[in-house]
Parts: sequence; C-alpha cells; structure tokens
Amino acid sequence: MDTYMLLGFVLILSIYLGLELISKVPSTLHTPLMSGANAISGIALVGALVLSTNSNLQGVIAFFAVTFASINVFGGYLVTNRMLKMFKKK
Amino acid sequence: MEFFSEISAVQNIIYIISSILFITGIKMLGKEDTAVKGNFLSAFAMFIAVAITVVSVIDPLILLIGIALGAIIGSSIALKVKMTSIPEMVALFNGFGGLATFLIAWSEFNSIPDSLFQHILIVITVFIGGVTFTGSLIAYGKLSEKIKIAKTSIITKIFTTVFYTSLIFLIYSIVQPVMPILDFDFFTVLLVLTLLAGIGFVLPIGGGDMPVVISLLNSLSGIAAAFAGLLLLNNVLIVAGSLVGASGLILTIIMAKAMNRSITNILFVGYASSSTSTSSEEQGEVSPISVGDAYLILESASSVLIVPGYGMAVAQAQHVVRELGELLEANGTEVKYGIHPVAGRMPGHMNVLLAEANVPYDVLAEPDDVNPTMDAVDVAVVIGANDVVNPSATEEPGSPIYGMPIIEVHNAKTVFVLKRSMSSGFAGVQNPLFFKQNTRMLFGDAKESIGGLVSEFKE
Repeated sequence: MDTYMLLGFVLILSIYLGLELISKVPSTLHTPLMSGANAISGIALVGALVLSTNSNLQGVIAFFAVTFASINVFGGYLVTNRMLKMFKKK
Repeated sequence: MEFFSEISAVQNIIYIISSILFITGIKMLGKEDTAVKGNFLSAFAMFIAVAITVVSVIDPLILLIGIALGAIIGSSIALKVKMTSIPEMVALFNGFGGLATFLIAWSEFNSIPDSLFQHILIVITVFIGGVTFTGSLIAYGKLSEKIKIAKTSIITKIFTTVFYTSLIFLIYSIVQPVMPILDFDFFTVLLVLTLLAGIGFVLPIGGGDMPVVISLLNSLSGIAAAFAGLLLLNNVLIVAGSLVGASGLILTIIMAKAMNRSITNILFVGYASSSTSTSSEEQGEVSPISVGDAYLILESASSVLIVPGYGMAVAQAQHVVRELGELLEANGTEVKYGIHPVAGRMPGHMNVLLAEANVPYDVLAEPDDVNPTMDAVDVAVVIGANDVVNPSATEEPGSPIYGMPIIEVHNAKTVFVLKRSMSSGFAGVQNPLFFKQNTRMLFGDAKESIGGLVSEFKE
C-alpha cells in the first residue's frame, strides 16, 4: 500500500505540474499541443512492453497493445511535427 | 526499494530522465518559438523510455514486430493525411492509445490481481481506456462525416442508455470482490459494456461541441495511461500520462469557457432546443450584396477583419482567403484574422487551416484582442461562422447562447457575411447579425465568393 501512496503522490504532483506548465497556451498552438500530448499518451507502449505473455491470450493481448500504442506514438509525433512546420511568422 | 523490484536501477534512472524530458518538452510545446523543439524532445523522451524497456524484455522479438507494425501504420497515416483531416486523425490516434491501456488492464486482470486496490485500479483503467477507445472512434467517424446519426435517433438513445447502465455496472465491478452477488463472468461483461459505453458517450454530442469532446478524450487517454502506470508500478507512465491528462483538461476548460457553458452541460444536456423560438422575432429584411459591390467596398477599406468558422473548413476556402488577404494588403489595407477558440471542430482548428494556407500566425488575433478596436474596422468578413459572431450572446439575456464570448463584428462599420443559406448555426439560434443595418449577406459557396473577389482584385 505504501508503494501506491507514493506513486499516487507522484500522480497528483504531475497533474498539478502539467496544469501549471500549460495553463497559458496561445490558441495558435491548441491543436499541436493536443496532438503532441496525444503522442505522449502513447507512453502506454512502455506498459504494453512489460505485460505477461504466459498464455496465448496474454501474448495476443500484449502484441495488440504494443502495436496500437506504437501507432499512437509514431502517428502522433509525425502529425504534430508536420503541423508545427506549417506555422510561420510574418 | 523493494517496490521497484521488477524494474532495475538503471531502468529507473532512465525513466526519471525521460520524465524530465517529457515535462520540458510539453512546456516548450506551449510556446510558438520552441514548439518544434519541444515535440522533438518529447519524442526523444519516448524513445529512451521505450528503448530501455525493450532491452529488459527477455524475449522481445514478437513485441519488436508489433512496434515495427505500429510504426509503419502510424507513420503512413501521419504522412499521407491531408491537413484538413487533422481533427479526425488526432481522434483516431487518441483512440489507439486508449485501446492500448484497455488491453494493458485486461492483461493485468488475467494475471490475477492480488489486492482489492489493484482490482479497483484494473476496473477503472479498463473503463477509462475503453471509453477513450470507442469514444474516439465515434469522434473520428463524426469528424470525417462517416457517421451521421442524429441526437434524436433511436440508435443514439439506445447507446446513451447503455452508457448510463455501464456506469452502474462499473460500480458493481469495483465492489465485486467483496460482494460477489451473482456468480458470473462479470469482467467479460465489463469489457463489452465499456466499449459500448464509449459509443454512447460521444454519439449524442453535436458537431459544434466537438472541440470540447476531443479535448476531454485527449485528457482521458492520459489519465488512463497514468492509471496503467499505477497498476504496473511504473513512474514514467504516471508522469507522462498525468501531463497529458492535465493538458487535455486545460483545453477542455478553455473550450467550455469559450462557449460560456459548463462541461456537464455540453456532455449531458446539449443546447436546449425549446428556448430557441423566443428570440426569433427580431427578423427583418436581409440585404444581399453581389461580389462586384463587395469588391468596391473592400477596395476602399483601410482595415479588414476576417472571421472564419467551420464553413471555411467545409468549403476548403483557406487558400483563397489567404490570397484575398494578401491582395488586400498589397492594396494598402490592414488585414487581421479574428479567431474564436471554438470556431471549427477542434481546439485551434482555424489556426491549423490558415497555417496550412501559409497565413503567418502573428496576424491571427483572439476575440479579446479585436473586440476593443472593432469600431475602427471598416469591413468584417465573416466566412462560414455563425454562433461565434451572434450578437444575441451580448444583447439578449434570454438567448441560449447569452454570455458566450463572441467576436463582436456587429460593431464594425460594415459586415459581410458569407453563407450558403439563411439556416441557423449549430446552436439552432437565429442570428440577428444577419438583419442588422450594417450587414450585407454574400450568399453562395465561400470558396467561389472569395474566389470571385480575388479575381476582381486581380483585374
């Protein structure tokens, strides 16, 4: 339980940190921020990689989790980059 | 540090470095000058976190195949997609992230949770991940106009009912280990209900409310990843997931504020359609204008404000709009763009479209910047926007959109409204702007009308 308390503490602090960091984002960047954050949520890939593959079902679940998280990661970062490249100053 | 027993010290150090890079990356992503670098930094953070994890997997071959497959699919979608389809792409990728956390939690359940707390975490992660997955798919369908099911349709009502049922079942699933009332495979039911719930969650939400839903789904995918991190005792998942959760939450709040509505109202109520008839007495004559006359007025204007809305996206008019803007500037006119935060179907939709058409971002202004000087604007050109320029929001306390911050184009000397027909906007509210003395309606397809103005200028 101590572990969970500690990690829960990390969770709350990280959310608070995120709110502080991003609170004043200009509206030009709303879409890229969303898309970039979306790519970060592909961090689930790290979780997918450590899943148990003891049974066939478990193996299949892990494989699909890894694949879909990878789509999220690669697609998310590339789309964000393409989008940001379009933004130009006068 | 026995609780990190499954994760080596080196791995943990890399995870901490990765977390710091994620934090710096997302911070830089929030500023125009550093956004590209920020995105790279966060991609690098992802790379090192994934790499150190792969190294620790005993038999990584099959998983590497999965990564390669995902890389190929993800990259080809991302590089091929047209910039105008960005909203639905973001929704789709977001859904896949949700699916991954859904699968993680499912897998952890199969490994048999060893405490009630773990059981609760699994159930909640399954639910958030699953709802994010199917909810995002529906958002994708709606944005790409593949799904066109009305809020009043029986299908929508059935799925909405399933959504509320699933909430009850979610509570049962949470307490199931201590209260196994019935002996059945509750977890399979939970998996299925969760996926259906996501459909029921997004299906009733209308197009104009999409910016809020997309942001919220974005936030949920992060929260799901953070919960998966708690489940797997993995700190980088928790930190990165929380950051996404927070950024999505901020966008959700910004969008809701820009509509002057609460998030619950947007998600569970929608615009009250009954109160709309009250405000429509203020009808009168509209004054249409031809492209030729509009050109003459624009030609002599010294300051022009362009206000785009979803109609510009539909008509794909952003390139001709940029052309018109440049011609006006060449003619000595000061040109600005007034961008409302909820114009379009996702946060920042208009900004992306105009950036694609090479409009520099420093001429794009927010409502607060343009409203105070509106009476000095000679012509405000409204292109396919409606609710975001509706003066009822400031003038009519009974209106459903009263209190919503708008771009006050009605205070400009002349207003051109480019519109296909007299139909009302997403909110279903009649727009008195069309009947004002200083308003001229330029009916027709926005791309053709603007194209007509452009060729007049060129002659």
